[in-house]
Amino acid sequence: MTTIRLVRDDLRPPEPPPRRHLLSIADLERDDVERLLGTARTFESALDREVKKLPTLKGRLVVNLFYESSTRTSSSFELAAKRLSADTLTVKSAGSSVDKGESLKDTALTLGAYDPDVIVIRHPQIGAPQLVARVTDAHIVNAGDGTHQHPTQALLDLYTLQQQLGRLEGLHVAIVGDVLHSRVARSLLQAFELVGIRCTLVGPPALLPRELRAETTSDIGAIRGADVVYVLRMQQERIEAGANFVPSLREYAARWGITPERLRPGQKVMHPGPMNRGVEIDQRVADSSDALIETQVRSGQVVRMAVLYDLLTGGPVGVRALAAAEVA
Amino acid sequence: MLHSKTSPRANVVVRGARVLDPGEGIDARLDVRIDNGVIAALGENLDPNEHRVIDAAGLVLAPAFVDPHVHLRTPGREDEETIASGTAAAAAGGFCAIFAMPNTDPVVDSAATLGALVETAGREAEVPVAFLAAITRGQRGEELTEMAELADAGAVAFSDDGVPVRSAGLMRRALQYASITGRPLALHCEEPSLSRGGHVHEGAVAAELGFTGYPSVAESVMVERDLALAAYEEQPIHLLHLSAAESVAALRRALAAGVRATAEVTPHHLVLTDDAVRSLDANVKMNPPLRAERDRTALLDALRDGTIGAIGTDHAPHARHEKEVPFEEAPFGVTGLETAFSVLYARLVKPGLLPLATLLERMSSGPARVFGLAPPRVAAGAPADLVLLDLEREWQVDETAFRSRSRNSWLLGETLEGVVAATLAAGVLVHERA
Repeated sequence: MTTIRLVRDDLRPPEPPPRRHLLSIADLERDDVERLLGTARTFESALDREVKKLPTLKGRLVVNLFYESSTRTSSSFELAAKRLSADTLTVKSAGSSVDKGESLKDTALTLGAYDPDVIVIRHPQIGAPQLVARVTDAHIVNAGDGTHQHPTQALLDLYTLQQQLGRLEGLHVAIVGDVLHSRVARSLLQAFELVGIRCTLVGPPALLPRELRAETTSDIGAIRGADVVYVLRMQQERIEAGANFVPSLREYAARWGITPERLRPGQKVMHPGPMNRGVEIDQRVADSSDALIETQVRSGQVVRMAVLYDLLTGGPVGVRALAAAEVA
Repeated sequence: MLHSKTSPRANVVVRGARVLDPGEGIDARLDVRIDNGVIAALGENLDPNEHRVIDAAGLVLAPAFVDPHVHLRTPGREDEETIASGTAAAAAGGFCAIFAMPNTDPVVDSAATLGALVETAGREAEVPVAFLAAITRGQRGEELTEMAELADAGAVAFSDDGVPVRSAGLMRRALQYASITGRPLALHCEEPSLSRGGHVHEGAVAAELGFTGYPSVAESVMVERDLALAAYEEQPIHLLHLSAAESVAALRRALAAGVRATAEVTPHHLVLTDDAVRSLDANVKMNPPLRAERDRTALLDALRDGTIGAIGTDHAPHARHEKEVPFEEAPFGVTGLETAFSVLYARLVKPGLLPLATLLERMSSGPARVFGLAPPRVAAGAPADLVLLDLEREWQVDETAFRSRSRNSWLLGETLEGVVAATLAAGVLVHERA
């Protein structure tokens, strides 16, 4: 336990560490990723027990603030918080003051008044979690902001890869589809770079961002060399008038859809969900034993437990600061 | 052409300043005596008579600045800026004349609306203002405004700034009709089908952060179109807020071919790149967006060699609550009147990237010539349109110090070198900083 003593100015302990958030994979180091995956493994073994609840975050409040519809992410965060015995409060934009035109800042200030420990936010606009981090005192977890980042998805995908393929470094993953509008792809690219996974982006020319630092190609044949094919969701709105990223979903499916014929035997397939069967992924692929889609969902729960635990229990940043304070 | 309130004219002697007027070829330590708002004499050890003496030892005295591109938000958004507050900000920035854009609510597209602004400026404006009127009614890009009547009512030029004139056919008609007024068209060049939904320059930063790209080609194709139409109709145009290297290249070709085009660039496009967007701060969101380093370099080269003859701030005030939202939701635009000189001095002149004389010219006589205003100068007989600059002094950009009603500056918290110590506009001492 720390005792607080009055000290002269020049002996003042260092500033407390900045509040910890998970806003973007770009903010993480490789060590952070390894620590989070390790914590997730610990929680996974705990979930094998008959009573799955751990007392770790008892008395903490986790607010889930969802401005976009979501099944797996919102349920997985809620369950993760509950398994760790935290109190949870879920606010969805429909039916809240957001419907009455309240700004994000004002909603954040309102929820901040309850002193939540963590605010998990999903929002259709880039940088919304950063804004909430500026105006509240909570730890912020980005559960998806527009086309920017979805860091917990990338972490759960790394966890899945590690569990299923036994390693991360040296793997080759092909990400296929609408990379331009994909927050999952952006987070994955950065996460893959951190842990040494080679990544190839495959998709229609207009859906591959210009000047993105990555291997890109429109040739679907490029997936054959990869250990894992990561399939992105292809949305109807990309073919609407004025968009014309591709001529039709039919043509997209024919050129870039993932079918058994395009895969090598035993090649693993991942998808962040929700799937459009018959568009970006063939029914037979989605239901095959090489599809890791349900494993990804299960990984989501333990990885999100690890993220909440890590933010609230300090981690190495907090430990170092505490040690420094004691020396002073 | 210019409108401001009536104020007592200055009787002062500015003593011991380094007088720097690139147009007049002066760079010397001189006293300047101003009698009733007119420069009466330049010389050494001038007799102050009864005049007030401003001790300007160590300061630079130069022709005051002219801003070809300001949004005063009046009528319609007086919570963001008024003619009084916007011209006070101009005074603090060293400007002796500013040109106000017509994209207000309602749009300045009739002589009645323009007349009301002229009248208000006659009561409120600290610094003389000239008004532009719209090219098309309501800036909807469908029907031309009554340009002849608007010119008679005081419109100095025509612009749909904020939005482009989409139709090439209508742009041609605008050029044809504007010719009877002798006034140029000031053009916001953006091809909407290419910029659609874009918030950030289409490049590495937009790709990484996930923003919908607003490509530089959205500007340059429109620049090419408008230069071609101006050449065909042999009419003058002014290109607003250029941002892209390709636009600069097109302008160079057109000027070499004899097209009567002028152009401006903003301080933020000269100093920042799209890298600044990584902050996700809505105060670096503007239209056109911040572009890549190669664009910034091309703009700076063009400013240096005179291809771009004017700096325009595109001062665009916005209410705080409208900017404290996620980036994509925020409106385009940043303020600039009060920081323009300092930031360009600190970031371009001080590191040796732009000569001080060039900066002074591009902020004063360059923009004055765009709209046919007599360039401010330090010469006996000329009206006292002067700025006194303290190049040694630093200041911190602090939102409580702004005279603008809005605080959406990209420079909040920054320390800049170069202070506007005093401004004389049309012979009136409109700003003095202790």
